[in-house]
Amino acid sequence: MQTTLTCIVCPNGCELAIDYENQGGITVNSVSGNLCPKGEAYARQELISPTRTIATSVLVSGGTLPLVSVRINRPIPKARIFDVMNEIRALSLSAPVKAGDVLIPDVLGLGSDVIATKTVEALS
Amino acid sequence: MRTADAVIIGGGPAGLAAALALYDGGVTDCLILERESSLGGILKQCIHDGFGLTRFGETLSGPEYASRFIDEVEARKIPYITDTTVIDITPEDDSAEYKIVSAAHTSGLIKVRARAVILAMGCRERTRGAISTPGTRPAGIMTAGVAQAYVNLKNRAIGKEIVILGSGDIGMIMARRLTLEGAHVQAVFEVLPYASGLPRNIQQCLNDYNIPLYLSHTITDIRGEGRLTGITVAQCDERFAPIPGTERDYECDTLILSVGLIPENELTSAAGAVLDGHTKGAVVDEFCQTTIPGVFAAGNVLHVHDLVDFVSLEAESLARGALRYLKEGSLPAAASPIVCGANIGHTIPQHVSAAGDFNLSFRVTRPMKNAVLSLTCEGKEVLKKKFRRAIPAEMIQLPVKASLLTPGKEITLSMTEAN
Repeated sequence: MQTTLTCIVCPNGCELAIDYENQGGITVNSVSGNLCPKGEAYARQELISPTRTIATSVLVSGGTLPLVSVRINRPIPKARIFDVMNEIRALSLSAPVKAGDVLIPDVLGLGSDVIATKTVEALS
Repeated sequence: MRTADAVIIGGGPAGLAAALALYDGGVTDCLILERESSLGGILKQCIHDGFGLTRFGETLSGPEYASRFIDEVEARKIPYITDTTVIDITPEDDSAEYKIVSAAHTSGLIKVRARAVILAMGCRERTRGAISTPGTRPAGIMTAGVAQAYVNLKNRAIGKEIVILGSGDIGMIMARRLTLEGAHVQAVFEVLPYASGLPRNIQQCLNDYNIPLYLSHTITDIRGEGRLTGITVAQCDERFAPIPGTERDYECDTLILSVGLIPENELTSAAGAVLDGHTKGAVVDEFCQTTIPGVFAAGNVLHVHDLVDFVSLEAESLARGALRYLKEGSLPAAASPIVCGANIGHTIPQHVSAAGDFNLSFRVTRPMKNAVLSLTCEGKEVLKKKFRRAIPAEMIQLPVKASLLTPGKEITLSMTEAN
C-alpha cells in the first residue's frame, strides 16, 4: 500500500511517500522524499505507533509569574496525550521552580519526564 | 550622557544574539534596551517545543531557547535596561558618527550616545483592522499572539468554541494549545489557496487533533453584541471574492486571527532609513546595515522569519558587520542592487557590496514543485540550484560566493518551475 505523510521532525516538513504492507502488523518497504535519515525513522514510527511531545503550563503559587511552562522530554504515544495532560493538570506547584526541574518523573510509566522549561522565582 | 559603542534596541532573540556576538567579538561596551519587564521577547510565551534544532541540535521550548542566550548575557554582565521604550534615534551632528538614542523609562528620559545602533524590535501581528472584516465589533476576537499571551502567560481561558481565521504558524500552534486546554477548535479558514504556515504545523497542530483547515475561505459576517456569538464563512474565488451560495454559519465565542506579521519599524522609518515595501523592514546590505551608516537591523524587524534559529544566525551575521563598522569606521558601499525576478517576493539583503561571500534569504510568491533557482549578474547566470519544493511559508537561504559577482552590477534572483 502507498501513503504520504508530512515529517514533523524538523521545520523542513518533508513530504514522505511510503510503501508498506499491513498483514498482521505493518511492514514498511520503502520511504522516499526525506532529506535525512530521521524522515525514514519517523515514517516507520508514525505508521507503526505514532508518538508526540506536548508542552503546556502549570499554576505556581507564590511566584513572580502565575504559570510555569512545562514539556515532556521524550515522545509519548499519540493516543496518551490527553491522559498525560490530565496528570500535568493535577500538579500543584509552589515557587521557586527552576527550568529543568523534573515535575513528574516517568509520567504514567511512559518513559518520559514532565520538566519545567522556565524559572519562576519565589516572591520575596 | 551615557555612552556605548553599540546600543541594541530589543532584548528578544535577535537583540540577545547580536549583543553576545558583539561582546565576544571585542565590543564589550554594549547596552540592551528592552520594552518589557524581562528579556526574551516573544519566546517567553512560545512554550511549545521545536526551537533550536539548527542552532543547538536539539528541540527546546521558547523559554529554554531564550534562556540559553539570557544566561550568557548575564554571565558576561552585558548591561540591559528593561521597561524602556526607545522613542527616537537621531544623528548627533552632521558627521553622524554618533547617534543619540532617546528612550522613555519609568525613571524618566534616558539618552545614550552610541556609535552603532542595532535594531532588533521584532514584529507585531496584523489585526482585524488590517483585513477589513464585516459585522459587529464584539469581544472575543483577538490575534493569535494575544491569545497565546493570555493562555501561556496570564492563565486566562479565552473561550470555549473557537474559530481561527488565517493559517499562520501561531494560529495553528494556538489551535493545538487550546485543544489541549479543553476548548473546542472548530476549524481554521485561510483565504489563500495554500497554507501560510509550515507543513509540519498543519500535521502536528491541526491533523493530529482533527481540526479541519479550509483553504480559499473567508469570513463574510461576524455576529454578537457584547460577546461574539457566531460567524459566517464562504468559499472565495481566486480574487478572494466570496462565492454566493457557499455560506456556512459557525456558532463560536472566540475568533482568533492569524493573518500575518508586520516588522515594527516606526523607529527605523522616523530615523530616516529606507524601508522595503515588500518586507516592511529596512533595506540592508550584506552586513545588515540599513541605509543609515552605523544603524543595523536583524531578525523579525528586518523581515518576518519562520524559525528563531535563523533570527539568531542573522543577528550574529549582523554583529560581524557591526564589529567591522566599529573597527574601520565604515563599510564597503553596497553598489550592486539585488532585483526580485520571477516568483521571488523579496530578498535580504536588497543590495550588496559583493566584497565578500554572503547569505541571501528570500521567499517565493507561490508554492512550486521541482523549482529551479537562478542567480544572474549583468544578465549572465552565475548560480543555479534545484529545489524539490518551494513554498511561501518557508524562508529559503542561499550562500552566495562574492567571486561569482561583479561589484557594482545588478544581480537578479528568480525561481521557475521545471516541466
